[in-house]
Amino acid sequence: MKIVLQNLTKAFPSRNKKSSEEVIAVNNFNFEIPDGKLIGLLGPSGCGKSTTLYMISGLQKPTSGRIFFGDDDVTELSTENRGIGLVFQNYALYPHMTVKQNILFPLQNLKGEDKLTKEQMLERAYQAAKLVQIDQLLDRKPSELSGGQQQRVAIARALVKMPRVLLLDEPLSNLDARLRLQTREEIRRIQQETKITTVFVTHDQEEAMSISDMIVVMKTGIVQQIGKPQDVYDDPANLFVAKFLGTPPINVFEGQVKGGKLYIGSDAVLELTNVADQPVTVGIRPEGFLLDDNGPLKCKPVNVEVMGRDVSVVSTHEASSNPFVRSIINADNKIDIGQEFVRYAIKPHKIFIFNKETEERIYFEVK
Amino acid sequence: MVESKQQWKAWIYLAPAIVLLLVFTVWPIVNTVRMAFLEDYSIAMASGGEASFRLGVGNFVKVAQYQDFLVCLKNTVLLCVITVPISTLLALLVAVALNSIKPLRKTLQTIFFLPYVTNSIAIGMVFAAMFNIVGSLGTRRPLIQTVGIVNNVIEFFGGSYVNWINNGSSYWANMFVLIVYIVWNALPFKILILLGGLQSVNKQYYEAAKVDSTPRWRVLWRITVPLLSPMIAYVVITGFIGGFKEYTSIVGIFGESLGPAHAPGRLNTMVGFIYDALAQHHQGRASAAALILFGIILIVTLINLQVSKKRVHY
Repeated sequence: MKIVLQNLTKAFPSRNKKSSEEVIAVNNFNFEIPDGKLIGLLGPSGCGKSTTLYMISGLQKPTSGRIFFGDDDVTELSTENRGIGLVFQNYALYPHMTVKQNILFPLQNLKGEDKLTKEQMLERAYQAAKLVQIDQLLDRKPSELSGGQQQRVAIARALVKMPRVLLLDEPLSNLDARLRLQTREEIRRIQQETKITTVFVTHDQEEAMSISDMIVVMKTGIVQQIGKPQDVYDDPANLFVAKFLGTPPINVFEGQVKGGKLYIGSDAVLELTNVADQPVTVGIRPEGFLLDDNGPLKCKPVNVEVMGRDVSVVSTHEASSNPFVRSIINADNKIDIGQEFVRYAIKPHKIFIFNKETEERIYFEVK
Repeated sequence: MVESKQQWKAWIYLAPAIVLLLVFTVWPIVNTVRMAFLEDYSIAMASGGEASFRLGVGNFVKVAQYQDFLVCLKNTVLLCVITVPISTLLALLVAVALNSIKPLRKTLQTIFFLPYVTNSIAIGMVFAAMFNIVGSLGTRRPLIQTVGIVNNVIEFFGGSYVNWINNGSSYWANMFVLIVYIVWNALPFKILILLGGLQSVNKQYYEAAKVDSTPRWRVLWRITVPLLSPMIAYVVITGFIGGFKEYTSIVGIFGESLGPAHAPGRLNTMVGFIYDALAQHHQGRASAAALILFGIILIVTLINLQVSKKRVHY
């Protein structure tokens, strides 16, 4: 089931009664979510990602715009009739019911021709429990489960009625780091097994990148960029997206284009064409640095962090917007912290330049 | 040393409350037990010294042999068994309804709470007026119209008037009026408690139920009621305890005769029986009846707690 969002907008009335100003939570969102894909809505808190999810679920009504499931316009359809599964941030498992009763609950609501016999219900519930590997825990109460187990029960409850669309609201935010890693892979596995179109919301870029077929990066209600995780990472549309994706984060410098050369401070790091002379903001991915004794970028080394396969070199540069410049290079290279400068060459496809005012990407060609 | 000093301080702080409890609660209880087990005890006859009374269960036997006592017991149990479930169910529905509306909620909450802060004897008199018929049955019509608003409404809709509480009225007509009064009077407290419980229920359970297309009655029965079960248990238990102590409502409606003119005392209750015994200076009998009432309330409460162990989800 594909989902189409057309000019989707949600405005909340201002809390201040005197001003008629509205808060635009989601601004003119257009997107077609392909059938059977896993989509990550990504952004900092307050960017409108959860509001978007709740509008798809029907629990919130859009101010304007339309939502389609397949070819059906569901904008006016109430939540009950949309046939969605929703996993809440804190799971909202019914505390007085056992795991089995929780999973059975949606099935017992089915009416008309969808109505199931008791055996069919139990069978379906058992299958769903097995899919998320909680079939050993069916007689427990939610309070007797760990966070990760509760999470899986919530997914089983959402999946058991075979929804047209599965929605997950910050599904991993209550889990510890190790469990988060494990569970996100499980969500991926379950999604690929069931082929249900899935939308999930997260503020964790790593989480979104690692399991999504496509990610949507949002900021203050406006969609910044949509694409495959790798494409968005390799080709960010603006400074916000470039900064938001990637750990360690991108290095940002004040720079300048002058006479076909890109300067970072006084270092001319790249020769390029198609860009008029102007001050720019420069972003370089940590993995974009190459140690080179004749390299153009000179940084003052501060510290070397060993990470096994790679080392992370922490250094300073006069034009850097952050206190430190962080580069990741192969551990075979030996770096002497005592030396005055480390010199880097820059991989051209790991360097992005942005308009200083609009922060939009400026595309260039390397000479 | 410091600790024992602190302890003394604590006892001093507690002293006023302890003294009051000892004088007005503990001593009366002890005294009640003592009087109940002294044969034919009465304060008037005790001036000669207590040695003149034998220990024994005579008071209990006498109480049980009174025809009046059985009437009182029956009335009390009937009122409890009928009014507690009705008022709890109504309070639940009203609380759920109040919780799901926004406009006028505060106003309606106040209106529903009014009976709680109104004098119950006064309300009883109002009820007596509402259920009244005026004039003797034979001459009432067509000379005088009915004055009781309930009969007016019945006649307006083409029914024939009912003799609710006046001379010649039936037992169940009397009971009906009492039940309506008691239920109405019990609602505010129950609504208050249940509404408080409802407002602390996580809204996400309802959103989850909505996502799963749950019909309304099923949300009420499978989600709201279990989540409210601690409050419901509390309301039921206190309801039974209050119900067994029912008395003022009967005085309010029927006056001190505790029944219609042709059958005084017909609607008397356990507490009424105790008052009567005291009024007749049979303190021993009153004490025995009070202990019986205490025993009944204790047993019913234990049963309630036992049932709620299985049904209540904390």
